[in-house]
Amino acid sequence: MSSNVSEAVIIGGGIIGCATAYYLAKAGVSVTVLEKSQIGEGGSSRNGGGVRQSGRDPRELPIAMYGVEHLWPTLSEELGMDVEYYKKGNLRLAKTEAHIKILQGLTDSATKKGLEVRMINGEEVRQINPYLSKEVIGASWCPSDGHANPLLATLAFYKNARRLGARFITGEKVIRIKKIKGKARQVITEQNCYEGENIILAAGFDSNPIAGSIGIHIPMNRVLLEALVTEAQPKMFEQMLGTAEADFYGHQSTHGSFVFGGSSGIDAYTSDYDRPVTNSMTASCICRGIIRYFPELATAKIVRTWAGWVDEAADHVPVISFAEEIPGLILACGFSGHGFGISPAVGKLLSEMVLEGKPSIDLSALRYDRFKAKI
Amino acid sequence: MSKIIDRSLKLSPFIPQADDDMIICRCEEVTKGEIRRAIHDGMYTLTEIRRYLRTGMGLCQGQTCSRLVKSLVAKEMGIAPSELENTVSRAPQRPVEMSVLANERGEGAGQYE
Repeated sequence: MSSNVSEAVIIGGGIIGCATAYYLAKAGVSVTVLEKSQIGEGGSSRNGGGVRQSGRDPRELPIAMYGVEHLWPTLSEELGMDVEYYKKGNLRLAKTEAHIKILQGLTDSATKKGLEVRMINGEEVRQINPYLSKEVIGASWCPSDGHANPLLATLAFYKNARRLGARFITGEKVIRIKKIKGKARQVITEQNCYEGENIILAAGFDSNPIAGSIGIHIPMNRVLLEALVTEAQPKMFEQMLGTAEADFYGHQSTHGSFVFGGSSGIDAYTSDYDRPVTNSMTASCICRGIIRYFPELATAKIVRTWAGWVDEAADHVPVISFAEEIPGLILACGFSGHGFGISPAVGKLLSEMVLEGKPSIDLSALRYDRFKAKI
Repeated sequence: MSKIIDRSLKLSPFIPQADDDMIICRCEEVTKGEIRRAIHDGMYTLTEIRRYLRTGMGLCQGQTCSRLVKSLVAKEMGIAPSELENTVSRAPQRPVEMSVLANERGEGAGQYE
């Protein structure tokens, strides 16, 4: 049997945990990953697959840009598995002047950070994607954005981390973190105890009670999102799509099916369950949104719908940070529904925090103690 | 509660079989060999195999192949099929056109076509 002591213990077997385990194992660090259910069971398997830089908060934009420049283009090759990455641009669509105003604001702040993104009019939108209806009057266009397959990307990181010797234990529910001589050291599960020099907490919304067990509180909400997938369609387009109002977002996958995500708008009041379940009104709502933009898809058949939790931080950007008062603990949670696109870069940065004591990109805007009362 | 599985436990080596080319999931054309191989790649649950290979993700949503996949996986892992947790069934029961879902409120019949 393997020992329960390793240099790093990662809590959470989603794509953040798996990517971090991969980069650490590749650097020769012994890693144990503890996952309460199975690999990629949370948001990692329940997102729209966007690999986006445009539309991001300036605080997390440098991470997204790093990933698109340095990691995503070679990821399939590096992991020996096609993660279905397409770098074919992102259209964020507008139907009203108010939408244009939202997109203009996002575009201006991204341009300041050095991202190539611009506003285009309805005709230019339809030159890029001729299937879009006349209701679309403009969009932001970022040619270096794209999408990938989140199920495969998560499992590819897992498979390779495991191959490099990372130890994964699933069905292992973490109850608390325990300090020894002032340092975070032990991870106590329902039935076992694991020890590590570094403990990385990347358990989505479930990070909350675990961080709470050691006195850290990150203001996060659990928000339900739903997605649906169509039967395979002839190839139509390769861009990632979103809308100013987030009516829906999605793309056409390698398989040919369209994957679209969205919400009913009243999900916070209809989703108080232990596990994420779809609501009968939401798929219909998402379909109405899609058909207004893509009339041609009205006859496409929906094969499957699903739901997932977003770990939404109070200011909608993640916490990626050392916990200063608890040496040995690193926090990576609150990804707020846009963690997938930055996950390889976040895994890399977390591995640097373990290996070198600091990340190569300044993450001070994502500190865990940034949340303050309003007055 | 999920069963605790240490993913670094060694299975016996993958041994090719004469009928590995046999198609098990007809909708997505996944073969027996691919399913057996996935387990050796570390996919130890039916859901992980579904996400890895698309077994049961096609038009019939696994209504044809899920039992076959389950028995194959159990055999390869040396456990009883009952030890494997089934994948979650997803709505809708049968593929439904987007316009049908979009028009469910019945107002202005055929508004979304």
